[in-house]
Amino acid sequence: MTAPLRDMTPAERARSTSFYEASARTRLELLLDAGSLIEFIGPEQREVSPHLRIFDLPEQFDDGIIVGHGRLDGSPAFVAAQEGRFMGGAFGEVHGAKLTGLLRAAREIGTIPVLILFDTGGVRLQEANAGELAIAEIMRAVMEARAAGVKVIGLVGGRSGCYGGGGLIAGCCSALAVSEFGRIAVSGPEVIETNRGVEEFDSRDRALVWRTMGGKHRRLLGAADLFADDSVQDFREAALELIGLVGPFGLDGLKAEQERLADRLRRFGACLDAVEIWTISGIAHAETIPELPTDQFIALADRIGRTSRDAR
Amino acid sequence: MEDLSFRHHVRAPAGGARKSAIVGVVASGNLEVLVERVLPDAECALEIKTAAVGFGDVWRAVIGDFVERYSPGGLRFSINDGGARPDTVSLRLAQAVRLIAEHGQ
Amino acid sequence: MTGWQNNRAARDERIAAGAGFGHGKVVQARDATRLLEAVIRPGDRVCLEGDNQKQADLLSRALLAVDISRVNDLHMVQSGVVLSEHLDLFDRGVAKRLDYAYSGPQSARIARMLFGGKIELGAVHTYLELFARYFIDLTPHVALVAAVSADREGNLYTGPNTEDTPTVVEATAFKDGVVIAQVNEIVETVPRVDIPADRVHFIVKADQPFFVEPLFTRDPAAITEGQVLTAMLAIKGIYAPYGVQRLNHGIGFSTAAIELLLPTFGERLGLKGRIATHFALNPHPALIPAIESGWVRQIHSFGSEVGMDDYIRARSDVYFTGPDGSLRSNRAFCQAAGLYACDMFIGSTLQIDLQGNSSTVTTSRIAGFGGAPNMGADARGRRHPSVPWLKAGAEADPDGAALLRRGRKLVVQIGETFGDKNVPLFVENLDAMELAEKLNLELAPIMIYGDDVTHIVTEEGVANLLLCRTAQEREQAIRGVAGYTEVGRRRDHGMVERLRERGVIRRPEDLGINVLDADRSLLAARSIKDLVRWSGGLYAPPSKFRNW
Repeated sequence: MTAPLRDMTPAERARSTSFYEASARTRLELLLDAGSLIEFIGPEQREVSPHLRIFDLPEQFDDGIIVGHGRLDGSPAFVAAQEGRFMGGAFGEVHGAKLTGLLRAAREIGTIPVLILFDTGGVRLQEANAGELAIAEIMRAVMEARAAGVKVIGLVGGRSGCYGGGGLIAGCCSALAVSEFGRIAVSGPEVIETNRGVEEFDSRDRALVWRTMGGKHRRLLGAADLFADDSVQDFREAALELIGLVGPFGLDGLKAEQERLADRLRRFGACLDAVEIWTISGIAHAETIPELPTDQFIALADRIGRTSRDAR
Repeated sequence: MEDLSFRHHVRAPAGGARKSAIVGVVASGNLEVLVERVLPDAECALEIKTAAVGFGDVWRAVIGDFVERYSPGGLRFSINDGGARPDTVSLRLAQAVRLIAEHGQ
Repeated sequence: MTGWQNNRAARDERIAAGAGFGHGKVVQARDATRLLEAVIRPGDRVCLEGDNQKQADLLSRALLAVDISRVNDLHMVQSGVVLSEHLDLFDRGVAKRLDYAYSGPQSARIARMLFGGKIELGAVHTYLELFARYFIDLTPHVALVAAVSADREGNLYTGPNTEDTPTVVEATAFKDGVVIAQVNEIVETVPRVDIPADRVHFIVKADQPFFVEPLFTRDPAAITEGQVLTAMLAIKGIYAPYGVQRLNHGIGFSTAAIELLLPTFGERLGLKGRIATHFALNPHPALIPAIESGWVRQIHSFGSEVGMDDYIRARSDVYFTGPDGSLRSNRAFCQAAGLYACDMFIGSTLQIDLQGNSSTVTTSRIAGFGGAPNMGADARGRRHPSVPWLKAGAEADPDGAALLRRGRKLVVQIGETFGDKNVPLFVENLDAMELAEKLNLELAPIMIYGDDVTHIVTEEGVANLLLCRTAQEREQAIRGVAGYTEVGRRRDHGMVERLRERGVIRRPEDLGINVLDADRSLLAARSIKDLVRWSGGLYAPPSKFRNW
């Protein structure tokens, strides 16, 4: 299961490195072709948050997000990776502006895909207004980039999940890949419990959290297009596959997506638990889904289908 | 937050040719170390912003041992600290020196 | 009336008084309080089974609800004071005096109540010590125990968490006491008989299963690089040179790291089969990779662990199991095994002083001792030789006559120089001393006495106290691995360097370990999910440890 890292090839390292556990920087290093990452506004430029010092909080030189350019199997790609351990990967003013700028650059060029490695609890409370604005700007930038022909791929498998504004941005992407540990939602478990009570949602019941927001459920529901095992190499392969699969973006696609979402609500709107949804979807022994090994789950998810790759 | 800075004369320059490197993240009990090759060979400097106030003596001891052991001549270390323990600080500093000594830009 | 069977007659009267509340031995949960009022007399010694894990929670609530004009001033003799009800008894006046061993989650409240005079304290014990006193001067009049199931005759199945039950029942039932058991269910035939029916007088069926907390699960995802380094130092610096095969591990993250390094780092050192083969240990999930890799031959357990049932059942070559296939644990036997049949104890602590005394007490908390002192003490009654025991004895007394020289148990304190919230592990004076003065205790609550400690391992290195010849050397050996704590910074650098030359202190580089190699990728499992995979899906972690 382990070997000294230094004697491995890049692909072996990417295969043996847990996406969940790796830092944002390690994820990008191993996701892209070896040595190809060129970072924009790197840490040595010290473009830190203007707000955190006021709250007597420590800054990070890259404000918790790395943006840049690299190669994926020889082809150019723009990349952004959030560091989920710095302030829960939350969006602040600088953090958000870096991603907005990257997406606008992609829109100008029009042909280079963008990979966003989400790992975020949402907006940073200490810079809430700037953070909320950043979310809106990023969503607009994603849609404009897509309208210009750019494929925007989201990868979700970090420890902070993809929550709040991150969940909204993920919903705007051309396609998503998620691992079992990944979570995608807008309101987090604690927020739901605080607002609606523990009877509605017990945030400490982690099995419940994952079968409601976790990667397997998101894949079965069609919110995520691909399910990746938790290694950086698996996410690399998923990104490559999604870049190949994403079709053109336009009004027809959006209408199809609207219809798909309305149908989802009709079929599953009354369900109280994900297991009910899986059962209605025709999965035998749906309660065993959380324990299913990755290969078996992928086979099952492929059989169920339910991904509309014309839209999200 | 507390700002600390240290400057040392060292016997030899650090190895390698990389211009800069970064290790660690800013989180509770963790820190990031940005190291840049920007100083004369016989000097090194450390600029620290730490969330744990009042540990100047411990930092002085940790950095004294680090400089003695690794002789990081020519390097400037910029540290954002989320309240890491001294052994974690020592480890990150050592990792930063190793990384900047590796091949690469 | 004089006679020689008064106690037996009294016992029979109590049973007769309680007999009206049930059908045969079976009493409904709603009648539990009335049963206790009928059976228990003021001033009785009562053991309310509070184990490390299993809790007689229904009987705790029932006892708390008694009419205190009928039941009062009880003397509680129980190993664990864990539930809030255990202390509510003293607030209400149901109980007055307390002899116990462990109070983990109630440690702050018990300190307040002792200080406020709410509790008359007998003593804080180690497990084995309290169990021993059950048979000498703390024999219960009434034992309130917990089991998984009972048949109508009263045969009890305790399930994998047998823990203290056989000891408590033995002391009570054979000395004219009354045994009342709460059970999760009443069945036609119990899966196995852990307690024979003739030792059980009443059975109360609980409305919900007794509570068990997963106390021994350490999420590999939370193990730090520092703990990996410390674990590497322990394996290469202690396990390997002494060839430690029979041992007990504490429950901290440092020992979890050791368990997870055996199949990787340990394998590379060629140590498989030469170290860590026989354990006195709860079923730690972190040991699964080592078991699956063929390192571990046998484990005897104090209690069980939530989620490990199916794995244990499928690995009966390793664990002790009953004819039904489930784990049979036994705290008293396992404590005795840890004391007499193990060559090493390794565990972490909160504070270590300059003599090597250690304590988990802080000024506001009395956590008790549990079993660590039984594991972490040299057994003076030991007579069988073993390689590590003799080697340690020779190091302590190189000039003694070999045939007359006692061996020494290896008692290892492992930890990082700074703990949670940057609190230093090493101190000039233990908080336990201050507490003892504040509470007028005759003894400061020392977990492991300095003269029993043989090694201290931190990320800075390994200190071998067996090789110290003077109190001053010992102090400097401790300071020499105390890192950047105040104790560490006040070392005598010259003396520490000389101790290092003699091998009393060994740094990572002295052991051929590069600090930069201490990486989490060395861990055989880096998440709970990895442990599930290693177990072939047999380990079923509780929900709070999942991220899937």
